[in-house]
Amino acid sequence: MSTTTQALRNRATDARTAEDFDRRDPDWYVDKLLAGIVFVCGISAILFVLGIFFFVTKEGIGFVFEKMDFREFFLTPYWSPSDAEDPEYGILALMAGTASVTGLAMLVAVPFSLGAAIFIAEFASGKTREALKVLVELLAAIPSVVWGFIGLVIMNPLLIKWFDIPVGLCVLNAGIILGLMAAPIMTSIAEDALKAVPDRYREAAEAMGATRWQVIYKVVLPAAKNGLLGGVLLGVGRGFGETMAVLMATGHAVNIPNSIFDSVRALTATIAAELGEAVVGGEHYQVLFTIGIFLFLVTFIINLSADLIVRGIRKG
Amino acid sequence: MVSSSAAAVASDSVAPTDNFPHKLEIRNLTIRYGDTVALRGVNLAVREHEIFGIIGPANAGKTSLLKAINRMDVFTSGMKVDGEIRFNGRDTSRLKNVYALRSRIGVVFPLPVGLPMTVYDNVALSPRLRGINTKADLDVIVQRCLTRAALWDEVKDRLHALGSLLSGGQQQRLTIARALSQEPDLLMLDEFSIAVDPVTTMRIEDVLKELRQEVTILLVTNLVQQARRLADRTAFFLNGECVEVGVTEDLFTGEVKDQRTRDYVEGRFG
Repeated sequence: MSTTTQALRNRATDARTAEDFDRRDPDWYVDKLLAGIVFVCGISAILFVLGIFFFVTKEGIGFVFEKMDFREFFLTPYWSPSDAEDPEYGILALMAGTASVTGLAMLVAVPFSLGAAIFIAEFASGKTREALKVLVELLAAIPSVVWGFIGLVIMNPLLIKWFDIPVGLCVLNAGIILGLMAAPIMTSIAEDALKAVPDRYREAAEAMGATRWQVIYKVVLPAAKNGLLGGVLLGVGRGFGETMAVLMATGHAVNIPNSIFDSVRALTATIAAELGEAVVGGEHYQVLFTIGIFLFLVTFIINLSADLIVRGIRKG
Repeated sequence: MVSSSAAAVASDSVAPTDNFPHKLEIRNLTIRYGDTVALRGVNLAVREHEIFGIIGPANAGKTSLLKAINRMDVFTSGMKVDGEIRFNGRDTSRLKNVYALRSRIGVVFPLPVGLPMTVYDNVALSPRLRGINTKADLDVIVQRCLTRAALWDEVKDRLHALGSLLSGGQQQRLTIARALSQEPDLLMLDEFSIAVDPVTTMRIEDVLKELRQEVTILLVTNLVQQARRLADRTAFFLNGECVEVGVTEDLFTGEVKDQRTRDYVEGRFG
């Protein structure tokens, strides 16, 4: 083969390559199109959230800037929005209601869900594990109004009978109901976190002579702490935002609780119960949206701090 | 713990004779996974304070043997162990407390397992499980074990960094330090050099030579030359069978009872 033919052939190859490199085939267009669609979907999720935030803010912000007295709003427990002469908007009692119910719910849910997750992830095997996992997912799907119904119809008379109290709709009732409600999803997340701990860690610790409990306590739980914390915070978020069950089981009485047998009222339940009767655009209506902004901010702070804590743990 | 017999081994490095007490005796050991036989009728004895090498290709049943010795079979579903394993003279299938057995056998796995905790906590874990909680005591143990595993100089300034952030070779030495922190009677290493660079491998090998004075070592390796460098006696496993047990040097100088051993050792296999 002469040098000239070789050179010619090279040039031809180069030309073909150049053509290939500049031609956009259908695959290229499909790729671009799909990238565009996925981008729009991703952005729209953010846009919807922002849109909701702006709507809530728009409805409530007028009150915040014009009439709201921050001290009265956050520091007084008097909530009588329908008083025509002198309506009072103090959410201290409502905050106490939400906090007490959520706190008690976590006391119920954390040990339950952690225990259940440890059993499912570390001890159960084969069919038992699969059955339990399906059951937990099913429990997580029970509508909250059903839980509220259980609180109202089953827990209420039981509590009256056991503790000899006049009304069974109280912090205890709602806390237990909310705890049981939050437990399945917390179990599910905690179980995922435990399963994500590689088996070689367990084997290494077992080979060392650690008992099953020592392996779980010293190795698995510390390794899974990010996910576990995430689960707990999700439960707190659930408790904070839950409305229907809390509305039905707390007794819905504006009150700063002195004991777990006192009736309370939650922030969310207040919005749900009163928004329908408030005049659109009126002061009462605006105050309810202000509570909405407050709830929004608190959930945002919970999630943000969860995120920061988890990052901090990762870095350490 | 260093007996006079061990000192003898160390000083003139003569292979132990049969008068030595047995650390581990294995009689007619068969291991099955369901219908698959992983190990068939194995008989061997490991003497105290020797490095006992086990060589053989993949699927020879080497790892299954280690699992059975450590009673880790309990956690592997479908694994069935028949026969007798005697550790310090006790039949391990009849122990009431397998955790006590495991705590006296240190295991180093093929891939390094730095537990997700600090370097310090990795080494202090086993002492803590035994109930040693004083910081001063733990400090001494941690430094001693890391030094013996030839890792102390590299990590002494970062004892409180995550163990899983160390390099592969360092993690493997951390694993060895952790095994040593158990103050084991028997140290079992399962192809420890798979994920370790040659320089680190040689450092660990030096460590093992020194450790021979204190513990009995069972060294499973896929590197024939590693067995030659380290082991006093070596067993050759093939397809679940223990083909031959002999003084290591004999296997390499051709004094073998079975042709398959010679073929494997000389790299003429398959």
